[in-house]
Amino acid sequence: MNNSTPLNRLGNGCCALVTELNAEGLTRRRLLDLGLVPGTKVEVIRRSPLGDPIAFNIRGAIIAFRKEEAEKVLVVQVS
Amino acid sequence: MGLTYQSTGRSTTREIFNVHNAGSELVIALAGNPNTGKSTVFNALTGLRQHTGNWPGKTVLRAEGSFIHGGRHYTLIDLPGTYSLHANSVEEEVARDFLCFAKPDATVVVVDGTCLERNLNLALQVMEITDNVIVCVNLIDEARRKNMHININKLSNALGVPVVPTAARGGEGLSELMAAISDVALGRVVPKPVLVRYSDAVEKAIAQVEPKVREIIGAHINTRWVALRLIDGDTKLVQAIQRYYNDQESKQAEAALEVLA
Ligand SMILES: Nc1nc2c(ncn2[C@@H]2O[C@H](COP(=O)(O)OP(=O)(O)OP(=O)(O)O)[C@@H](O)[C@H]2O)c(=O)[nH]1
Ligand SMILES: [Mg+2]
Repeated sequence: MNNSTPLNRLGNGCCALVTELNAEGLTRRRLLDLGLVPGTKVEVIRRSPLGDPIAFNIRGAIIAFRKEEAEKVLVVQVS
Repeated sequence: MGLTYQSTGRSTTREIFNVHNAGSELVIALAGNPNTGKSTVFNALTGLRQHTGNWPGKTVLRAEGSFIHGGRHYTLIDLPGTYSLHANSVEEEVARDFLCFAKPDATVVVVDGTCLERNLNLALQVMEITDNVIVCVNLIDEARRKNMHININKLSNALGVPVVPTAARGGEGLSELMAAISDVALGRVVPKPVLVRYSDAVEKAIAQVEPKVREIIGAHINTRWVALRLIDGDTKLVQAIQRYYNDQESKQAEAALEVLA
């Protein structure tokens, strides 16, 4: 998808829908287990002082990702 | 010939996990996502009859307690909170190994009633390992407060296992939960989990691998689940099988894995 952005590029408070996981194997499995299937809504809650990791609300749980993980999740922003 | 499981028996396998009085009691595991109220359920059911420590060789906290119901003694194990059983973390490994190798007589999956969608993933994974599952829909008071209505019968039919709503902090539903645990542990109720059907390609692969798995490890571990893990390339499970059963048959499991690779 052309207008997809990696999850780590979103600003605080932004909401987005997952379009694609750019990961294979265990990393992909782990992201799926956390509920990140395509179509899932994700909200950026806040960033740690250095900007990494970032905390997200995924299906009602607050989960933190490092940049290496977040950038593998492609999303489209929604308002 | 199956694994040495037959000769070592269930109680020995349980002793590896430090389950006290292994063999003489019914063993119940509590699983669930983090923060769903597992420890609250655990404390409510066991009261002061409990001891804590670590999982053997792990820094993960472990709590074991007991309760008596209908004259029978139940040992309850509070598993670490996890989102899955794929052994991504020590916690997930501990939970998976316990369900897989200690083979509890029943497993309660504590789910957050305000957030079923997220929580049922783990319930489905547990149901792939063991049939003897009870789903405890906890935080039902919070769900009510948010005007969420959960159709317990419908959920139970959809999953094929008993479902009990609770508000563990307020003590609501706990006697029903205890009754459901004992029904399943004593075989008065036999859950029939509705399992996930995968894509045709995956189901075909399962059909090929599962008979081989059954040949090698017998029916002691859920063979469909082991087949799925092998197809997924999960070498850690093969290592765990070796660790717990430590015999040459598991080398054949590795060989089966190599065939697939
Ligand atoms: N309102 C309400 N709160 C509950 C209920 N059950 C547990 N809690 C609260 O939820 C929080 C988490 O409970 P725990 O029992 O620690 O959850 P847990 O699943 O053991 O958490 P982890 O071990 O960290 O995975 C605590 O503040 C409890 O008091 C309930 O039924 N209703
Ligand atoms: Mg706990």
